[in-house]
Amino acid sequence: MATDLSKPRAADVLGEINKYDFRNREQYVFKARKGLNRRIVEEISAMKGEPAWMRDFRLRSLEIFESKPLPQWGGSIPIDFQQVYYYLKPTDRQGRTWDEVPPEIKSTFDKLGIPEAEKKFLAGVKAQYESEVVYGSLKEDLSRQGVIFTDTDTALKEYPDLLREYFSTIIPPEDNKFAALNSAVWSGGSFVYIPPGVKVEFPLQAYFRINAAQMGQFERTLIIADEGAQVHYVEGCTAPMYSTESLHAAVVEVVAKRGSRLRYTTIQNWANNIYNLVTKRAVACQDALVEWVDGNLGSRLTMKYPSIYMKEPGARGEILSVAFASTGQHQDAGAKVVHCAPHTSSRIVSKSISKNGGRTSYRGLCKVLKGAKRAKSNVVCDALILDPQSRSDTYPYIEIEEQDVMVGHEASVSRIGEEQLFYLKSRGLSEQEAATMIVSGFIEPLVKELPMEYAIEMNRLIELQMEGTVG
Amino acid sequence: MSDVLAIRDLHVSVAGKPILKGVCLEIRRGEVHALMGPNGSGKSTLGFAIMGHPGYEVTGGSIELGGQDLLAMEPHERARAGLFLAFQRPVAIPGVKMADFLRHAVTNVRRPERKEGEELIPMRQFRKELRDQMEQLRIDQEFARRYVNDGFSGGEMKRAEILQMAMLRPKFAVLDETDSGLDVDAVRLASQSIAQIGGRQMGILIITHHEQLLEYNRPSFTHVILGGRIVETGGPELALELHKHGYDRIRAAHPEALADEAQMTAAGIK
Repeated sequence: MATDLSKPRAADVLGEINKYDFRNREQYVFKARKGLNRRIVEEISAMKGEPAWMRDFRLRSLEIFESKPLPQWGGSIPIDFQQVYYYLKPTDRQGRTWDEVPPEIKSTFDKLGIPEAEKKFLAGVKAQYESEVVYGSLKEDLSRQGVIFTDTDTALKEYPDLLREYFSTIIPPEDNKFAALNSAVWSGGSFVYIPPGVKVEFPLQAYFRINAAQMGQFERTLIIADEGAQVHYVEGCTAPMYSTESLHAAVVEVVAKRGSRLRYTTIQNWANNIYNLVTKRAVACQDALVEWVDGNLGSRLTMKYPSIYMKEPGARGEILSVAFASTGQHQDAGAKVVHCAPHTSSRIVSKSISKNGGRTSYRGLCKVLKGAKRAKSNVVCDALILDPQSRSDTYPYIEIEEQDVMVGHEASVSRIGEEQLFYLKSRGLSEQEAATMIVSGFIEPLVKELPMEYAIEMNRLIELQMEGTVG
Repeated sequence: MSDVLAIRDLHVSVAGKPILKGVCLEIRRGEVHALMGPNGSGKSTLGFAIMGHPGYEVTGGSIELGGQDLLAMEPHERARAGLFLAFQRPVAIPGVKMADFLRHAVTNVRRPERKEGEELIPMRQFRKELRDQMEQLRIDQEFARRYVNDGFSGGEMKRAEILQMAMLRPKFAVLDETDSGLDVDAVRLASQSIAQIGGRQMGILIITHHEQLLEYNRPSFTHVILGGRIVETGGPELALELHKHGYDRIRAAHPEALADEAQMTAAGIK
């Protein structure tokens, strides 16, 4: 279905959630309240002024959510779903005074060198951050190329046909309980469309969207790279994601059309009360390349398994994942690659680190369907356990239905080697510095794929995490 | 005072088994000492014990550097006091670039009081120094970007050790079998480099099997270790003799040490 893309106005390329959230505000008296039921979902949809199909989609998803049981694997999710707020209008977000911000958050901001205004915004003290001024020239560049980069609520209004063509086609609400939840109550997230042949030279960062740094609980992101397009999308930051609401269930759908190249990088450092349950999936068409670079640190529980379906011949997928779990944190992370066509190849590199009683798991699937001849897949999952209180598990699943394939799987579990420590110490490094250096080296395969500022922050974050690790 | 590394009556055990049984050795800055001995005589043990490897337990004796008690110091403190050990088989640190590792090492050794997280030596200054040093040692500049000892050939590992020694400029360097696994040309290059770096400022203890490394590093003293003890000390001619004739004469001259050696071999000590 041909999509008519009227030229996006420069000001709308980086849209604002606020504009559309409150257009119909006068018509509804909406009190932010707990719980999840049809009425609340209807009100969310009405608040946003959505078309009927989206409202119906939400309601159908709610039914699916209610009908599905909690997964019996992964981490434990002792959440009473009726005690959660599912829709917080941005200006209703609890204002916080600078004094109320925990000291470790403030000093983390200091250590990471984050400027004053940005600190206040990230901590929820300030309602808006004037990133428009900073990124003005970038916006014009993008709009000239026909690139759409906005939030999903805006996209539903401004590019309804384009959005509808792909929305929920990659991850239907039936997929799993939390995809269903997101489908019922989603708000915010990015919508990105890259026209055929367009190569975006600089990474598109979720930061560019106003309010993006205040991570929505149920973000819904949809990224489409049309034929021959190239884009790198980056979300998150190393500053701790601090939220009063502990349940975060995002959905990310990615379509990479023929010959396109798409990389999606996430760096997220979650506070200890957060349940981060995310469904991320990409479809790679003929000769397309999709790369997930996924660094999820912290959280009480993270369940994330970025996946790539190689639908057509020549499709390629790569997943680089780092999980870091400390005290009271559980990272159940992994990757899924599904080869649906011949001459497809995939690579998974998973690195996990657990310390001070933290727990990490690798849960991955490599599936090759019948007919996917000459498929090649390689999985490397390495776990580093820093002390006896910590834990790491591996649950690899390999399902091969085709003979003519090459599939490899390597797994390792290690502690920081005594010989390595001694070697570094014999060069003057203290024990902590040596351990930190070894851990940095351990995650280097991922860090070297990050944009430089992120790589620097990532290494600094590791240093911070390693402080106090060593007696 | 900081001119002397003094090892007195050193006893060292590994996994409860005694390996060194009273080693005495004194090295002054500017001197080159060779330590030679058959396999299993305890040569590497001495190197590890001096540096403070946790698997090597000192059960008696002392080691002092410039009057400071080394045994009371952690390995990184010993490095900052001016000690360096070139490993026979250096371990790999995957994902860590040589340049980054060296920058940390150099900063810490030159600023012994440094705490974690404090500033490193400025990048530009460091890069220039590293570049110059690598040129002098005829090491490819590309080397700096490689991961420490990861996938290095034997020769590359040795050169990496020598590069570190050149950058860290220790007061005392123990070179453990820095010639094993190298071909003749590589040994020659290694010994030239060591001579270049050493000069009059460094006290060097070369632990070696054969004489080749000593081609450019004529030892002031040669010590022979047998059965965990230094049984003979001589000048450069002793090294030459051992290279030509092996250890038979030594064994014959020191039957108690020979007995110890037999015991250690039987116990499977390497």
